[in-house]
Amino acid sequence: MSTLKNFNLRDFGAGIWAQWNRGTRTIFVLVLLSLVALLPFAAGWGPTSFLNTPITSFQNVLVYPVGMFVLMALGLNIVVGKSGLLDLGYVAFFAIGAYSQGVLSTFYGWNTWEVLPVGIGCAMLSGVLLGLPALRLRGDYLAIITLGFGEIVRIVALNLNVTGGPSGIAGIPNPPGFFGLKFDIMNPQNFFWVVLALILLTIWMVRRFTVRRPGRAWEAIRQDEDVAALMGVNTLVYKLWSFVIGAAVGGAAGVIFASKVMVISPDMFKFDVSILILACVVFGGIGNIWGVALGASILAYLPERIRFLADSRQLVFGLVLVLMMNLRPDGLLPRKKREKITEKGAK
Amino acid sequence: MNFSVLTSQFWSLAFQGLALGLIYSLVSLGYTMVYGVLRLINFANSEVFMVGTFSVLYLQVYILRIPIGDPALHGIKLIAYLALSLIGSMIVCALLAIVVELVAYRRLRARGANRLASLISAIGVSIALLEGFSMITGARGKIAPRLLDKWSFGEVAGANFRIDQVMAIVMPIIIFFLLDQFVTKSRLGKSIRAVSMSEENSKLMGIDINRVITLTFCIGGLTTGAAAFLYTTVYENTVFNVGFNMGIAAFTAAVLGGIGNLRGAFYGGLALGMLEQFASAVLGSQWKSITVFVVLVVILLVKPNGLFGEAVQQTRT
Repeated sequence: MSTLKNFNLRDFGAGIWAQWNRGTRTIFVLVLLSLVALLPFAAGWGPTSFLNTPITSFQNVLVYPVGMFVLMALGLNIVVGKSGLLDLGYVAFFAIGAYSQGVLSTFYGWNTWEVLPVGIGCAMLSGVLLGLPALRLRGDYLAIITLGFGEIVRIVALNLNVTGGPSGIAGIPNPPGFFGLKFDIMNPQNFFWVVLALILLTIWMVRRFTVRRPGRAWEAIRQDEDVAALMGVNTLVYKLWSFVIGAAVGGAAGVIFASKVMVISPDMFKFDVSILILACVVFGGIGNIWGVALGASILAYLPERIRFLADSRQLVFGLVLVLMMNLRPDGLLPRKKREKITEKGAK
Repeated sequence: MNFSVLTSQFWSLAFQGLALGLIYSLVSLGYTMVYGVLRLINFANSEVFMVGTFSVLYLQVYILRIPIGDPALHGIKLIAYLALSLIGSMIVCALLAIVVELVAYRRLRARGANRLASLISAIGVSIALLEGFSMITGARGKIAPRLLDKWSFGEVAGANFRIDQVMAIVMPIIIFFLLDQFVTKSRLGKSIRAVSMSEENSKLMGIDINRVITLTFCIGGLTTGAAAFLYTTVYENTVFNVGFNMGIAAFTAAVLGGIGNLRGAFYGGLALGMLEQFASAVLGSQWKSITVFVVLVVILLVKPNGLFGEAVQQTRT
């Protein structure tokens, strides 16, 4: 019983991974990647057709919410999971990205690929503006400030003329195609591949950061901020970095989202989205990229799959959250045991 | 920008802000009491408030059988019915808060899980309650019967002292006074304070931690229930998502005053209510919540532990 209780799927997987040589690893990653890339066609193929979602088509569900939520959860994971800062207003960066795309494309005729770096820049800039005052605060004080920031962005969008007020911005153009890939309403799978590319880029980036100086600094800050500061870590700078990088990922997601759905309005960027993304992170296994990606996929996909339950689907969703957190408090795929022990010791 | 209202309607705005602010501070007790003991944001408290407003409404409509649109009551009957609604709402909210603790927190606490896990499970309970009530009560909301005729005590300096608003000011003050006495004087109150200072040491001193935590949730539920009663009596309607804005406002109030601090919640709620009233009068109601958050940011920058974070440390709940 005790072995079962201490069973950690992540460590189990890491154990198998460690035994493989380079060739096996490469093949495994390639197979896994191509399986994920082929996901848009899963609904049309017999044995996997149970995945199909009622009402919204499966390919669209894969882009939004699933792909977008995985991307955003990975971004939020840098803030919450890596450096341990509770951010309850992550949707703000998503909204800033989406509105950059909306405003720049409809007023100035920029295309999505031109807006993308600008949108990311805007999100990062707002991350700095919010982070500089807010990151001096700790714990739940930080949480309420970020929550407030999320609401402020939404209310500003609701009241400005340039953002179209409550009705938002309509007629946002789809991105121009390349390599013969067309981005329009008929080809949602192409959007999925773009999002997948962004997800892979984010994962690569996070993994690079984790093993280098910023990653070590974040880990130290997460475990004990005072000790980290005493050890010479410039905590404000590194906290700001994790905040800004998280914001960049959110901004990128926003730009792609706006060009996919073509119509955005302040309603789409409510507080519940921040909460849902945070739930994805914690549900999957806070701090562990694979856990977060898995958690986000499930939490984004589930409400769409159970749409046949109509009104009660959100009720079921809430109950699933409670049940799962009680059964697996560390998430589906918890982070490394080594890190967990120190976490308990620090308490 | 309309600064003239500040002079022409000052007392009227201040009075309304006072009534609203004290309702906030009652709800914020549900956050601050729990935070003091568990160091957790009790996310489901906004839904406890929502259930409270509906329990007042259903109690009046289905049990006391007061048809909507009937003329208001008078005399003994009025007082009895008001008291019944208040007590009913407080009991329902307290029970619900205790159930929330059992479902969302207890098991996780026993396993020593990380704080965010409890936060998410509380959010799960919150979503389930919210959606459950939206299915039962409909998305449009419900109108409550008018028990209390909203007569005015008269006008002072342009402000109308309406009976329901006077009630919304007097009742929270009484509740806060009683609670403050309870927490500082009684044995149970002392055990709450002990647990909030150090859980380990309280255990060693023979305090039953689980009982104290249940008690804390129960008190938070009782005050939230009282707030729900006041809200329904003053505004005479409710809707399934009424808890959302109330929850955010109350939590902000708790942080403003210094979370975990009883008197902080009182003054935080008061400050927030006034601020909202004046800000929406001067800048227009759409900018209300922005002003509130900007002020919150500024205050937290100057005093990172809230207004009363340190000054009143002794009466930490």
